[in-house]
Amino acid sequence: MRRLLIVLACVSLSISCKGFPQTPSGFVHKSAPQFVRTDLSGRKIDLKSYRGKVVLLNFWATWCASCQVELPRFAEWQKKYGPQGLQVLTVSMDDGDAPVRKAVRRLRLGLPVVMGDARLGEAYGGVLGLPVTFLIGRDGFITAEVEGETNLNALESHVASLLGR
Amino acid sequence: MRQLLKCFVFVMFAGFAGGMQAQFSNPASGPGSASTVPQSQLMQPTELVKLMKSSGPGGPVIFQVGSYVMFQQAHIPNSGYAGPTSQANGLILLKKLVAPLKKDQLIVIYCGCCPWGKCPNIGPAYKQLRDLGFTNVKALYLAKNFGDDWMSKGFPVERGE
Repeated sequence: MRRLLIVLACVSLSISCKGFPQTPSGFVHKSAPQFVRTDLSGRKIDLKSYRGKVVLLNFWATWCASCQVELPRFAEWQKKYGPQGLQVLTVSMDDGDAPVRKAVRRLRLGLPVVMGDARLGEAYGGVLGLPVTFLIGRDGFITAEVEGETNLNALESHVASLLGR
Repeated sequence: MRQLLKCFVFVMFAGFAGGMQAQFSNPASGPGSASTVPQSQLMQPTELVKLMKSSGPGGPVIFQVGSYVMFQQAHIPNSGYAGPTSQANGLILLKKLVAPLKKDQLIVIYCGCCPWGKCPNIGPAYKQLRDLGFTNVKALYLAKNFGDDWMSKGFPVERGE
């Protein structure tokens, strides 16, 4: 019985501690490609101006089911870690802004949302599957790229560790 | 000890059930999901590449049924853009594009916006083409997404419009 418990404990530990699989890409440890856009509320978003903050840059779309799961979590993180220097920026890869505005209202995001396009996608290595998230350190360098559904708890731990640096 | 074990099993079951619920409450896993396309109608990327190389005129007609932003970044050479068929506009455009085709024409649809089971576009596109009477419709099976399952494998792409 004791052995069984030990095995079960190991299994549960391995599940809970599973890290987020990072996408092997040439972008990690490189300077994040700069962009200046206007968000849906009309505010200018200049990535350069967030230097000194940890930036979570998320590419999403209204038709992406996994994105709908992640976005509310990212909005929570913005509230929780914003005072420590986290800035969540989101880029919608939808073809038009009408469904995006609806989704933002429905999800009550409260996050900056800019509309993406092919040029911005290509600048980040081609966004050819969603969701994709980049973590950018306070120095403006990309520390992680995460593609597809991920372990959000592990990602949060990574964000927290970046904020502590 | 036994109580502890029971507790553990309960916690694991609750977690599993929660995960299952999350999966099934996902709209992309519903009736319009890519998973509704019969296995026999799936086409593997290597199969399509072979077909593209070997076929001259009369080869497959290929449509991307995902977002235009993704189509602009990279798409299969000579594929037409039909628009995201999870939305009414995409279905209307697809219907218009296939109108001149013969009903037995080999049509290959692809998206690759999301992992296969979560793609909201393939299922509706496949259903519409079948409902329109097309008898030779295949869906390109992109397990993870277009970037990983097509482009990263070195298969041909075109950029732009």
